[in-house]
Amino acid sequence: MKSGSKLERVLKAGHFAFTGEVGPPRGANVDAIREKLKHLRGNVDMVNVTDNQTAMVRMSSWAASIICIQEGVEPNFQMVCRDRNRLAMQADILGAYAHGIRNMLCLSGDHQMFGDHPQSKGVFDLDSMQLIMMVKKMRDEGKFLSGSDIDVKPQIFIGAAANPFAEPFEWRVHRLAKKVAAGADFIQTQCVYNMPKIREWVRRANDMGLTEKVYILPGVTPMKSIGMAKYMQSKVPGMDVPDDIIKRLQGVDKKMVADEGIKIACEQIAEFKEMKGVAGVHLMPIEWEHMVPEIAERAGVLPRPEI
Amino acid sequence: MIVAERKPFDEIRNMVKGYKKVLTVGCGTCVAVCLAGGSKEVETLNAELNLAFKKDGIEFGAHTLERQCDMEFLSELDAKADNYDCFLSMACGAGIQFLAERFPEKPVLPAVNTSFIGVNLDVGWYEEKCRACGQCVLGMTGGVCPVTMCAKSLFNGPCGGTNKTSCEIHKDQPCAWLKIYERLAGQGRLEQIMAISPPNDWSNQKPRKVIQPGYEERLKAMHP
Repeated sequence: MKSGSKLERVLKAGHFAFTGEVGPPRGANVDAIREKLKHLRGNVDMVNVTDNQTAMVRMSSWAASIICIQEGVEPNFQMVCRDRNRLAMQADILGAYAHGIRNMLCLSGDHQMFGDHPQSKGVFDLDSMQLIMMVKKMRDEGKFLSGSDIDVKPQIFIGAAANPFAEPFEWRVHRLAKKVAAGADFIQTQCVYNMPKIREWVRRANDMGLTEKVYILPGVTPMKSIGMAKYMQSKVPGMDVPDDIIKRLQGVDKKMVADEGIKIACEQIAEFKEMKGVAGVHLMPIEWEHMVPEIAERAGVLPRPEI
Repeated sequence: MIVAERKPFDEIRNMVKGYKKVLTVGCGTCVAVCLAGGSKEVETLNAELNLAFKKDGIEFGAHTLERQCDMEFLSELDAKADNYDCFLSMACGAGIQFLAERFPEKPVLPAVNTSFIGVNLDVGWYEEKCRACGQCVLGMTGGVCPVTMCAKSLFNGPCGGTNKTSCEIHKDQPCAWLKIYERLAGQGRLEQIMAISPPNDWSNQKPRKVIQPGYEERLKAMHP
């Protein structure tokens, strides 16, 4: 065991992992996180705690992760390269570990121009690849990036992101290989809507032997409305929403669009359960946490294993 | 070259008001080429200032040096400096600082904002190309700078924000890492970016000096 986190134990035991996500509040509203977590507890193995997502200031991800632990939900502490230099990153990793955080997701982060402080200085001292390497070095060698010794090393299960849909497609699997080489233990992907493309990407990862070295959890986000699907298709960088998803949502009664979105998500999860090289699914129900129990039920991923 | 843009006129006007004799100092090198601070721009700015301060009786002189980043050329101003109570420099930030160093008793005001190290795309159109990071990796990246041309200065791109060949920040900004990939793929050199680039040494985080090889002894003798 690298970290002993619940996610690691679930994956190692060969269970199909099911992870969720929670965005910290735009303030110190602890009750708001607790309310979201109520819907996630017992229905997912772990929740990603986003780090100033879309470059909007929120409660810090490590602090919100500690609240998750208090509420009995294992957190996946997200860290972006945009807001911290290598000193702050290492300090926060040690602090997070000291408070019981055992999973981390290493990300570049959305550019600061998208958020509420577009004038800010983006740090990007390290990129996500170098962040993965650094966490691995801290964990496996017990050394800081500088090479000096760490007094009690952080045992972290290292996560990374992948976007199988952004150009150039041919390079995507090589970038995954780089993340694996850097030390990623698990990968959570961008929201998947283009199934033929993800099949091809996973097939290539299988061919390169990558899926034997890393657990891959494709991202699933149910469409809540036709407007959301169109927005994701045209406005969200790196997102690939094929027209037939929109057509399918348009083809049902207005009242049933959200239900159809859940149906599509459940079909995806059913396929991922059978897909060679896929170890689980990462569910990102954007501001739809209360629907997680129903989605988990309908996707047939309950009960979650207790190990 | 170093590319600069003239500051908004109101900002310049607010800086110089209250002085009686102002010398507008142009620079004949980079900022002249990029049409921001050469002799022509000095003339234009002074014409605007004369118009704005007609009633206040401020006198604006003009002098464009070959280079403001060179003491040898700055010395041209020694004789006339006493005639002015303020300098308004149209050079880049380096030139402005060197002018201020030459005349430490004199207020030196910037008339331009120094934008970047860049290239000439067309007359009046420039693009940033270099951040002077001090650790050039262009050999590895097919001649496309990841520090400057990638909005996140990634050394192991492209990130997930690559958007239909564009950067996530704007559809008109090409993804630098897509360009790097295409350039290297075209040259059959993709192995250049297969290995992980280690964390960068950001040597541009402190004031830097360069002494070229062979000049150490001479400089030691001249500046003990």
